[in-house]
Amino acid sequence: MAIHKGRGFAAINYPIGMNLGGDPSQALVHATPDGKFKVTLSAIDLGQGMKSVTRQIAAETLGVPVADVYVDTADSDTGPHDMGSFASRGTHRMGNAVIRAAAEARKAMMEAAAEELEVNPADLETDGAGNINVKGAPGRAITVAATAEAAQFKQGRTLAGRGIFLIPPSKADPDTGEQTPVTCFAHAALIVDLEVDDETGEVTVTEVNSAYEVGRALNPRLVQQQLIGGAWMGLSHALWETTEPYYPARDHGAEDFNHYLMPGPGDVAPHHVSVLERPAEDGPYGGKGPGEMCANPLLPAVANAIFDAVGVECDTLPITPERVLRGLRANGGARPQGGMR
Amino acid sequence: MAKKPLTFTLNGAEASVFVEGGDNLLNVLRRGLGDFTPKYGCGQGACGVCTVLVDGAPQLSCLVLAETMAGRRIDTAASLENGPDLHPLQTAFLEGFAAQCGFCTPGMLIAAKALLEANPNPDRAAVEEAISGNICRCTGYEPIIDAILDAAAKMRGRAA
Amino acid sequence: MTSTIEFRKDLFADERDDTLLEIGKPTLRQDGLGHVTGRSRFFDDHHFDGLLHLRCVRSPHHHASIRSIDASAAERMPGVRKIIRGEDVPHNMNTLLSLMGFGRDDEMLIQTKRAAYRGEPVLAIVADTERQARDAVAAVRVDWEVLPHVLDVEEALKPAAPVVNDEYPNNSFDYHDLYDHQKLRFGDVAKGFAEAAHIVTGQYQMSPIEQAPTETCGAIAAPEQNGRFVCHSSTQALFFSLGTAVKLLDVPSSKLHFIGGTVGGGFGGKVDSLHEPMALLGSMLTGKPVKYIFDRAEEMQVGAPRGAELWRIKDGIAADGRVIAREFTGFFDSGAYTRLSSYAVIKGVGHMPGPYTIPNVAANVYCVFTNRTPATAMRGFGITGVDFAIERHMDKGARAVGMNPIEFRILNAYRDGDMKAHRRVAKNTALIECCQVVAGKAGVRLGAEASAASSLTGGGVGWRAEIPETVTDQAGRIGERRRAEIPLAPTGAPPGGRVAAGVRGEAVVAAPPQDADMALEAARIGHPMTAPAAAPAPQTPYPPARATVAAPPPAAPASARPATPPSTYAPAPQPPAPPPAQPETQFQRGVTRPGAPRFLSGTRRR
Repeated sequence: MAIHKGRGFAAINYPIGMNLGGDPSQALVHATPDGKFKVTLSAIDLGQGMKSVTRQIAAETLGVPVADVYVDTADSDTGPHDMGSFASRGTHRMGNAVIRAAAEARKAMMEAAAEELEVNPADLETDGAGNINVKGAPGRAITVAATAEAAQFKQGRTLAGRGIFLIPPSKADPDTGEQTPVTCFAHAALIVDLEVDDETGEVTVTEVNSAYEVGRALNPRLVQQQLIGGAWMGLSHALWETTEPYYPARDHGAEDFNHYLMPGPGDVAPHHVSVLERPAEDGPYGGKGPGEMCANPLLPAVANAIFDAVGVECDTLPITPERVLRGLRANGGARPQGGMR
Repeated sequence: MAKKPLTFTLNGAEASVFVEGGDNLLNVLRRGLGDFTPKYGCGQGACGVCTVLVDGAPQLSCLVLAETMAGRRIDTAASLENGPDLHPLQTAFLEGFAAQCGFCTPGMLIAAKALLEANPNPDRAAVEEAISGNICRCTGYEPIIDAILDAAAKMRGRAA
Repeated sequence: MTSTIEFRKDLFADERDDTLLEIGKPTLRQDGLGHVTGRSRFFDDHHFDGLLHLRCVRSPHHHASIRSIDASAAERMPGVRKIIRGEDVPHNMNTLLSLMGFGRDDEMLIQTKRAAYRGEPVLAIVADTERQARDAVAAVRVDWEVLPHVLDVEEALKPAAPVVNDEYPNNSFDYHDLYDHQKLRFGDVAKGFAEAAHIVTGQYQMSPIEQAPTETCGAIAAPEQNGRFVCHSSTQALFFSLGTAVKLLDVPSSKLHFIGGTVGGGFGGKVDSLHEPMALLGSMLTGKPVKYIFDRAEEMQVGAPRGAELWRIKDGIAADGRVIAREFTGFFDSGAYTRLSSYAVIKGVGHMPGPYTIPNVAANVYCVFTNRTPATAMRGFGITGVDFAIERHMDKGARAVGMNPIEFRILNAYRDGDMKAHRRVAKNTALIECCQVVAGKAGVRLGAEASAASSLTGGGVGWRAEIPETVTDQAGRIGERRRAEIPLAPTGAPPGGRVAAGVRGEAVVAAPPQDADMALEAARIGHPMTAPAAAPAPQTPYPPARATVAAPPPAAPASARPATPPSTYAPAPQPPAPPPAQPETQFQRGVTRPGAPRFLSGTRRR
């Protein structure tokens, strides 16, 4: 009886946004009298960071500090329509809607500032710190706060914007399957190192190395949250989780967390991530959506590593100790494959 | 069934509420007293999102019979702040991006507080053990473990 | 040792402006403070005086007719305010994607006739306390007539299988009102297999997976002023849930006020919109605030999981390691109703054959109804299971040809300009770079060719850019299966026609900003854009309309095939694939260290 080391690889791509489109998102942006901005949405933050990423996108587009932007979501009386938070569509669709709404609000802001400074709006730029400056004329400037006040109390102008983003709906062809599924894809490749105990069938993941290409990482810490947490879920799917352990039979279905198993804080393997950023042409600032695809490569990589370790083809998920042991028994014992160099 | 009065100390102040026999502490805190920081996640004592301190020890409030709490000291995550100041654990969770959806966070913070009060200098394994009854579905646990270790270090530095 | 993360800013640096002010910054979460103080308000964190609780009577059987329901004892129990039957639901029939005009209504909010899965609700009870609601549920007597059931997807497709879903009596979703599965046809897989040096087959099975958010699904509904109702919800899709409630309850949307957006994890399990209409109905019928929430057992066994998937893959691989033909047969286990599985099938088909450039690809994928909890979305929906199958299979392929598994992927990886099996040109690809970077991290030495490969070069040339002549067939027409079993594998069906080489429709792109003011200035986008659609489409060498040619005699008569595609989809002639995108503006921000290989430089950031 022995512990066998194995190494497995997998590579994937992932479609960003609802398949076949037809899933609009809308956003509204408006300024308060002192130059702070509200972004009003009906998007859902499930923990993925919708409120935070749209806030940064709005601040970048407006050219104001992120502290001066607040995202209000989700109230159907105030937030305009959004399809929802699923299919890795949140950042891509809503991010673009927020860019459009913020761009329109910025246009109004620059026009109001131009009127105050008596210059052409095209000659103005924001410094991202709350000021609007005349290009090449140091000292000729107005604050965003003064601009908003003048716009609303002097000029009778609203600093507001509307945005909608839609990939128009399309269909798949019945005979060839031809379609435009989405407009951009994220990518990942990943190597799992693990150990298989040929006496118990237990699998212990010892290290994960990965490369994820996510478009632009709009907030590196939010990306990190998704990649580390999502990879944990992928490992859990590979080795632990199912509601029907003897599918298609419905017996022994879990009804609580004592039977629905997931790795706990003591089961976490170190995960070394490299993030690649190839901006998507139609992504908001090039961003894609790391939230779903981060879990996917773990499942096959774990199975491939188990084959490398003991020569058992694990083609049914989850790869429970029972399944590993049955495979070992069928093979007459472990057959280490020698690994990937 | 007649309701009975119940008085205990909640987050440092006296709290009184009428409870029915069989009411659990979680429901009494949330619906009876309006402290929504402990959450309902399973009602089976298996997820930890309802964790509170009873006389300083972490307890799963969904499994605690409310009427047994008379005269006890109960602390929820609402007790962590000191006036306007965050507890070092809260600061560490915030700055360490240890909360994603935030639903397990109050229970995690309570479990961590109990650990650090008993053991101000825990190693990684001790932290893993302390939060092993708290399920997080978002983070993969590591940011939470790191945040607790970070807070422990800061609290030791402050005490020294 | 703990995890590390690095951002490889050196890669694709000339496609990115890294001087943005807020984008790319590690700004703290807007909701972070609320989360760490416990002040974030989830749907259940709102106080309502006199909150009532709703629970459901559920079928204990996989498949059973309801002869009668006796709720008389429950009605008399303390605290019981309302017994709600399916007949009380104003429009008791829906399918989730009807909001997008996809699929037929097939599911009741509260079943009245025949429960098709264990856990299906047949009655709802509203009571003063959750415990009273539970007690009343336990006191309801349902007279069941247990029916034969089917749980296995392949059994369900057999002619004699019990009918699970009356709307789809073949136990499979109807695609395009034509076929009992979604097809993918690109080239001729039979020809590819004949030319291959290696044939690799495999079968892959995923079991159902629970999304398991720490917050279970639920909603609280309550009367508001002016005859409106508010609904606090854990939904992942506010207007999806609102629209579903409008349809089931037959009320104008102006009467409903949905509040949500702070949700304790979702992972796909909070799209189904079961709780919002039920809580609203309870509130409308009692005039009181009503909460309906899954307990954990319901969340795990009644709440829709990621459905199980069964995949069979056959690869034909040339002696040099190139995959030249790949065939899929797939089964999505939708459970008793459609929910979203029908859509996942099309998404999965659009994903094939994975991130690889393969000249001949075919797939038949079935959305199958069985007597189990309906499946729904989960993180990676429609893709996770396919990727598991593909990447297990790629390892077997690498073994068959004796190649390093990473080099095998890089050899077959798609690159900018390649034609994909769904007939769109690949762009913005980065699979090869991901493979190279991770190999470097883990110390796997790649050969010279794999190390030198790039997503930016070598794609879109010769056959890689072309759409081959494609063999089609009409196997699996709706209605045929009841008479006899049909061949499931794409190559098992006799050819029915051919689509000429080069035929493809128009790629769909985002609708432009409705107003010029809504467009971000080009200089502030942060990455180079290819020229807008300004470039006139060159004359196409392909036939101006989709050419359908009857297969060589004595194949199926051409009349068996509609003269025009039955969908509204209208293929248009397309120019040849453009060359790989060349950024118009070069950003000079590469930090490749002199002398270091391109993918091994950069800094590691903790």
